[in-house]
Amino acid sequence: MINVQNLHKSFGRLEVLKGISTSIKNGEVVAIIGPSGSGKSTFLRCLNLLEQPTSGKIIIGADNITDKKTNIMKVRENVGMVFQHFHLFPHMTVLQNITYAPLKVKGISKSEAEKHGLELLKKVGLSEKANEYPSRLSGGQKQRVAIARALAMDPGVMLFDEPTSALDPEMVKEVLEVMKSLAHTGMTMAIVTHEMGFAREVADRVLFLDGGVLVEDAPPAEFFSSPKSSRAKEFLDKML
Amino acid sequence: MDLDFTAILPSLPYILKGIGVTLKIVLVAGLLGFAFGIILAIFKISKYKALHWFADIYTSIFRGTPLILQLMIIYYGAPQIIGFEISSYYAAVASFSLNSAAYISEIIRAGILAVDKGQKEAAQALGVPGNRMMWDIILPQALKNILPALMNEFITLTKESAIVTVIAANDIMRRAYIVGGDQYRFFEPMIFAGMIYYLMVISLTFVGKLVERRLRQSD
Repeated sequence: MINVQNLHKSFGRLEVLKGISTSIKNGEVVAIIGPSGSGKSTFLRCLNLLEQPTSGKIIIGADNITDKKTNIMKVRENVGMVFQHFHLFPHMTVLQNITYAPLKVKGISKSEAEKHGLELLKKVGLSEKANEYPSRLSGGQKQRVAIARALAMDPGVMLFDEPTSALDPEMVKEVLEVMKSLAHTGMTMAIVTHEMGFAREVADRVLFLDGGVLVEDAPPAEFFSSPKSSRAKEFLDKML
Repeated sequence: MDLDFTAILPSLPYILKGIGVTLKIVLVAGLLGFAFGIILAIFKISKYKALHWFADIYTSIFRGTPLILQLMIIYYGAPQIIGFEISSYYAAVASFSLNSAAYISEIIRAGILAVDKGQKEAAQALGVPGNRMMWDIILPQALKNILPALMNEFITLTKESAIVTVIAANDIMRRAYIVGGDQYRFFEPMIFAGMIYYLMVISLTFVGKLVERRLRQSD
């Protein structure tokens, strides 16, 4: 589904990604972990070209998204993204947030978009908030709406960039629950996270990045019980 | 002291008729200036250097010279170039909208830049094209934040419109001046004109508060 070949990304003279190669299969849930500054968010943001790779190749489905000729807008329709700070549109109600892109980008009818939107809201447990503005929601509720908004485009892949890092501790669980049930539907997911328990329980694979390098790529059971590299050991010692 | 407000009573309807003239100039120039200001603001944040420069030079010239000069160049000077006279109304609307567009574009540019970068990223991630994003996501949020500054600009425009007197447009100011000249009494009609301007500005402030409250609905 996603194939990344020798991905490099530099910001000015700072090289953040130093040649990352990996692939993510259809329906796979991949947790991307590592210390801050390891390049894990940059890696994720390259997957929908919010960051333009300096070199390397990224193929999603049949599209080589790093090819200049590829219509990146079309690719983004198929790649949903959830941000650390939600980024809901504050001037739109919850339902408008969810239906905006299906209406304006996909061009489906209003009734269809709203029906689908309400179903998604039900799925994330926020049916009663459809007509509220985001400012009236808690952090956990905002993030669940953000997930529903991304799902409304029926993406084939979902990217999560530290989705629970900006939340109060008591709200982390409700968001992880939604993500867990999404994983069970067979959605392909790439998740940058600091939630080790969640990674261990839900992910099929863990990618451990450090210093812009993919240091380990292993199933969670293996990674958490017997990490191969000393860097991963050090990191886990600090986290667990 | 020689004050007699009753002396100008018969002339009040004449001065009041100037409200229509002033409003017509201010409303049309305000709307045109606002529309042109949005375009200039988008030029200023555009990735195309030529648009960028055009907008910057434009703003620099219109902010860097007196409004009354711009007004007189258009009314008295332009006919030498275009070969026909311009009515004082069109000259006033043209100079006020061109001038306020320069100020409004700076306000809007600042408003656009103040919108959280994450909003753009969220829209991009959903596949929303650039122009739609600007129109549906960025501008509405920018306008909400800059509304007080915009109201300020419209208030300034309302008051500054009094300088159309110099090109003989029959606005409130000029009518008050004519009444003053007629009766050799300037204090009374000027005070009356001042009250009219003040009330117009107060109502504008009130309308601004209403709009602001409506936009703050989502807070």
